Amino acid sequence: MIAEIGHFALIISLGFAVLLSVLPLYGASQNNPTLMNFARPLSWGMFLLLGLSFCILLWAFYTNDFTLTYVATNSNSLLPWYYRLTAVWGAHEGSLLLWVLIQAAWTVAVATFSRGMPQESVARVLAVMGMITVGFLLFIIMTSNPFLRTLPFFPIDGRDLNPLLQDPGLIIHPPMLYMGYVGFSVAFSFAIASLMTGRLDTAWARWSRPWTTAAWLFLTLGISLGSWWAYYELGWGGWWFWDPVENASFMPWLAGTALMHSLAVTEKRGTFKAWTVLLAISAFSLSLLGTFLVRSGILVSVHAFASDPARGMFILGFLVFVIGGSLLLFALKSASVRVRGNFELFSRENALLANNILLVAALVVVLVGTLLPLVHKQLGLGSVSIGAPFFNMLFTWLMVPFAFLLGIGPLIRWKRDNLSSLMKPMLISGVASLALAGVAVILLAEWFTGLAFLGWVMALWIVFMHGFELYQRATHRHSFAVGVKKLQRSHWAMMLAHVGLAVTVIGIAMVQNYSIERDVRLAPGEHFQIQGYDFYFKGLRDKDGPNYDGYVADFEITLDGNYVNTLHAEKRFYSTAKSMMTEAAIDRGVTRDLYIALGERLDDGDAWAVRIYYKPFVRWIWLGSLFMAFGALVAISDKRYRFRKNKSDSTAAKEA
Amino acid sequence: MNRNILFAPLAFFLILVVVFGTQLARNADGDDPTKLESVLIGKTVPEFRLEDLAEPGKLYDQSIFVGEPLLLNVWATWCPTCYAEHQYLNELSQRGVKIIGLNYKDDRNKAVQWLTELGNPYLISLFDGDGMLGLDLGVYGAPETYLIDANGVIRYRHVGDVNPTNWEETLQPMYQQFLQEAK
Repeated sequence: MIAEIGHFALIISLGFAVLLSVLPLYGASQNNPTLMNFARPLSWGMFLLLGLSFCILLWAFYTNDFTLTYVATNSNSLLPWYYRLTAVWGAHEGSLLLWVLIQAAWTVAVATFSRGMPQESVARVLAVMGMITVGFLLFIIMTSNPFLRTLPFFPIDGRDLNPLLQDPGLIIHPPMLYMGYVGFSVAFSFAIASLMTGRLDTAWARWSRPWTTAAWLFLTLGISLGSWWAYYELGWGGWWFWDPVENASFMPWLAGTALMHSLAVTEKRGTFKAWTVLLAISAFSLSLLGTFLVRSGILVSVHAFASDPARGMFILGFLVFVIGGSLLLFALKSASVRVRGNFELFSRENALLANNILLVAALVVVLVGTLLPLVHKQLGLGSVSIGAPFFNMLFTWLMVPFAFLLGIGPLIRWKRDNLSSLMKPMLISGVASLALAGVAVILLAEWFTGLAFLGWVMALWIVFMHGFELYQRATHRHSFAVGVKKLQRSHWAMMLAHVGLAVTVIGIAMVQNYSIERDVRLAPGEHFQIQGYDFYFKGLRDKDGPNYDGYVADFEITLDGNYVNTLHAEKRFYSTAKSMMTEAAIDRGVTRDLYIALGERLDDGDAWAVRIYYKPFVRWIWLGSLFMAFGALVAISDKRYRFRKNKSDSTAAKEA
Repeated sequence: MNRNILFAPLAFFLILVVVFGTQLARNADGDDPTKLESVLIGKTVPEFRLEDLAEPGKLYDQSIFVGEPLLLNVWATWCPTCYAEHQYLNELSQRGVKIIGLNYKDDRNKAVQWLTELGNPYLISLFDGDGMLGLDLGVYGAPETYLIDANGVIRYRHVGDVNPTNWEETLQPMYQQFLQEAK
């Protein structure tokens, strides 16, 4: 009975969503305030009903209601309660419900925090968000309903959650990622609403900025959580695999990064409008495209959802409506908003344009690499292979000009600047980065590698140039100590995010060039050495969990005779799902991770295949992304956005 | 600027839609994207000259595939699935199955080290660092395994890892058949 209420709530919220996408829009076109005022309560209604529906699904999982097909296929009564709850988004139907719930949450957030905006804009923006929700709700109700019953012959117990997903990392990874994906729908809706009226002013850019940054913040966290999860849970010891699904999340991130920067130009200088709108459309379109790729089964991937052609066709139709419609609107309307910018070759506008071009180039590389095998095969040219080497090589070469520009970008003034004034800091930083990078590589690594050196040079260049920029900005009018306190939060945000990128680059350069991966045969009582670390296989013991049987292998690690840590690598057999899982044991450190994964038991009894990895600086990759995310948080908290309300109130008062 | 350029994103997107739609229709007809046809099935192995993995300078050409039925296994150290299948390949080679390895777009030193540590199931290891032979074969991604008969003709292409299940069900019967044909 409760499940039926959940299903019913879904249908009612669809009704709210339909009203939301029609009434306020009609009201805005007729200039009817009563109709426009419906936007906020309708958003709330839609959100609350979806929340109810989601809670009912949670309850069904919690109480092991195996009369629901979705619960029976993705949970099991032996599963601990917290994994039973997170199993809700462990498969297609539930994750889609979570997606649409988050979509509604963003809609409500816009409805709440947009008091300072003109009523007409709010009405249009919320209506566009309503339309997107309608699409997803129809998709759920028509093809992927999580509330379908197995009655009358329901199973006694469920088929269990995929063991890969029984992990704390996965409790928060999908919600974060969806927050990011769906968050871009806000910037998208702002862009569409502005295109409808043809009024693309700097106010539009100022409203879009905090929302875009917020979405980018979540996406950054979501992607790095996914990378971290793959590193310790899949037992492969890698942090990025260029898998189509990973690429699907990376593409909106690249577009979103470009969007944040071009929004800055549009807000401050009033130029790049058409380009910014196109990026806003692209960022969300790529999120939708990613969903399509993951859920339609047209690409080969390690973590694609179970595919179903009917679902694929539905999403494709939805894509044609949303992306095709918005690109058509863009083509028809954006010509009227184009402005001739007034800036010279060497200016911050052009530096940011170059940044955008490089980010979009990177985006194209990922898009081509992901889709080319598909296109190539369809053209009858046979299959083609694109693997990690293709992406790694192109990204290395794109990163060089990107890092160079990133270093000088913040120092260049708007409109026009003189290259010669930057020559001295550039020369000094350049020489210092080259020298220190050499020192770093020689001190931290056993042997010299050109690519690792290049990575350090790029990272140090970014850090030094930002240090100089900070000094210059702080001492502009005051002494350094006073000036540094007067810097705006958005300035610190930029510093954090850019230095975060440098940190990530160091991590990537080190881990890609100096990782040591050894697959050895070890029996209890034996030793193995890597990089001065001694691994002693102490012994094996049984450890059974609630829904699996497992072994734990204990390894004692010493460095030059000093005790470092004891690691417990696990091997689990999940009886219901009948699958083997490796739980790697990791000794975490600032400059290196030691990683042990237990392989198979070898035929002759005692010995095991053991994988031992030495991963230098791998933490820095995720540390850098935390810096970036924190930077985004600081940017959102900047006063400029908080004062927005008063400012636009006063302008509204003037107009009235 | 030309206004038509504003339609470019839309045009590009519509092309993508056609591609996706075609693939979905094919999937509905039972085409599985993991099943890849090689245009080379029924043809002889393309001409090549590749170095030995461990001994630079030692060259091989397509004639190594003539004489007896062989497996051609495409692998790389950057490919996690190759790691998974490697022990089974060792087992097959111990049982007398003749396998030629094609190390694909890889780091030579890492690859040699991998074989030293994990065991070497290959009769001959070819080094295809820039992926030229892989391109001619239409390799989608490592690992892939080709069944080649005694005349050097490619008879079957297998994408993904070789494991006890698919070896016993699919690959072994064909391999046995080629052995019979060769007699």
